[in-house]
Amino acid sequence: MTGWSFAAPFTVLFLVFALLPVLASLVMSVTDLRATDLRHPLAVNFVGLQNYTRLFEDALFRRAAVNTGVFVVIGVPLTMVLALAAANGLNSGLIRLRGLFRVGFYLPVVTSIVAIAVVWRFLLDPEAGIVNSLLAAVGIDGPAWLQDSRTSLASITVMAAWRNFGSLMVIFLAALQGIPVDLYEAATLDGAGRWQQFRRITLPLMRPALLFGAVITGIGYLQLFEEPLVMTQGGPLSSTLSVSYHIYNQFGFGNYGYAAAASYVLFVAIVALSALQFRLLGARDASS
Amino acid sequence: MRRRDLAAKISLYAILLAGLVVVVGPFLWMLLSSFKTEGEIRSAPTGWPSHWTFTNYRDLFSRLDFPQYFANSAIVAVLVTAGNLLFCSLIGYALAKLDFPGRKALFLTVLGMLMVPGMVTFVPQFVLISNMGLANSYAGLVLPFLAGPFGVFLMRQFLLAIPDDLIEAARVDGAGEWRIFWRIVLPLCRPALATLGILTFLASWNNFLWPLVVATTDDKYTLPVALALYSIGQNRIYFGLLLAGAVVVVLPVLIVFLVLQKHFLRGIATTGLK
Repeated sequence: MTGWSFAAPFTVLFLVFALLPVLASLVMSVTDLRATDLRHPLAVNFVGLQNYTRLFEDALFRRAAVNTGVFVVIGVPLTMVLALAAANGLNSGLIRLRGLFRVGFYLPVVTSIVAIAVVWRFLLDPEAGIVNSLLAAVGIDGPAWLQDSRTSLASITVMAAWRNFGSLMVIFLAALQGIPVDLYEAATLDGAGRWQQFRRITLPLMRPALLFGAVITGIGYLQLFEEPLVMTQGGPLSSTLSVSYHIYNQFGFGNYGYAAAASYVLFVAIVALSALQFRLLGARDASS
Repeated sequence: MRRRDLAAKISLYAILLAGLVVVVGPFLWMLLSSFKTEGEIRSAPTGWPSHWTFTNYRDLFSRLDFPQYFANSAIVAVLVTAGNLLFCSLIGYALAKLDFPGRKALFLTVLGMLMVPGMVTFVPQFVLISNMGLANSYAGLVLPFLAGPFGVFLMRQFLLAIPDDLIEAARVDGAGEWRIFWRIVLPLCRPALATLGILTFLASWNNFLWPLVVATTDDKYTLPVALALYSIGQNRIYFGLLLAGAVVVVLPVLIVFLVLQKHFLRGIATTGLK
């Protein structure tokens, strides 16, 4: 039982502040708990699946779900491609400055999303922003990125890829360095070109790393929150309202049961996306 | 052939350099602009400040309460980091090296928690912390983060790789489990503790949702909360002040990262998580 005495301090905190809330959230989601019931959380009514049915009738939630879905479907592949390109670039015999590039590309990952969102809001400012100044220099009239509902979500997606590709790059770089060099040498002797080698050797051997990258990026992107909060407040016209942001707003209105139901829908979406990625990228034969 | 190789190398460098400018550029812009006057940020957003001014930083620290926010962020991050180092190494040792009933179930439960989005737990956590009377307190800010699943995973993986012989030898010599833990296991764990410490500190420093909800008055805001609240709504402050604020949030982390980058990158590469 010495084992438990070592495990106990963590386990107690974990039970009270993690496991209990996960279960409580599930229970809350079938009640009409509101902020005004906070002092007596046990005196609320059971409402069954009403919160869930209301959720799917809620036009704002549906909008948030679509926005989040678009963000994930575009953002995850974009981030993966950038990371893969950077990792391959850094792995192709360029030793001298590899450390500098790696640290540089990783920089945004360690910085506060809020600070980054503040900076990007200025960079994307239609008049004073540097992005449109640069575009104007080559004769292009840049849009009002964050104030236009046609470009707002795309802007946030690109910014997220910009911020996050560095962390996948490090994982991919580690995977690339684990691929034996003689495989490439043999392929070169057989007359395979660079692109063919990449398709036939690199990609199949990187499959576990790619899967892992897709799963953690998907989990992170489904929880999109800080960027729209700081950059657009979910607008214009709810074009950047995300599921997490909607949950946060409902919490702010005091609709705790409703917010809990929405958070469980998000949880299920995360599990489903991860499972889907495992099926698509997972244990497939390397030759296929 | 050699010429083609050279050309390929040059174009590769060019692409990587362009990428570096795009990634690092916004940080340099933030830093330079924070030393500009409000007018210059708007009229000449690119380039060096025409004359350097510290007004933004002076205002941040005298007119706004940024010293307080900075202290709050630091206090919370230090406590959260200390808690995770202690609790996660204890349970990590138990999970890796000791046999006890329920060990596997415990590990799987903790691991499963890594998949649960913060949005699922934060409403009940808020109800709990409020009912404990800890809303808007340091305890309320810290308690839910003292024992995170990521640290358990990292410490367990690291400890699994430590040979049992050392621990066995100490047991044969009659040392108790606690003595073994403090005298033998913890010193061996130094690299893992460094990685965990840095990653936890960073996560806590940048944490946003929970302090946004729990800190309800100015004197308990952490830096990201203050920065976000000053950038939107009626509290909106000047460009220059906001950018200086962003520098204050980012700079400590950047310095720590640049000095200790090998711990970051090792943590990512070995556990695959940030």
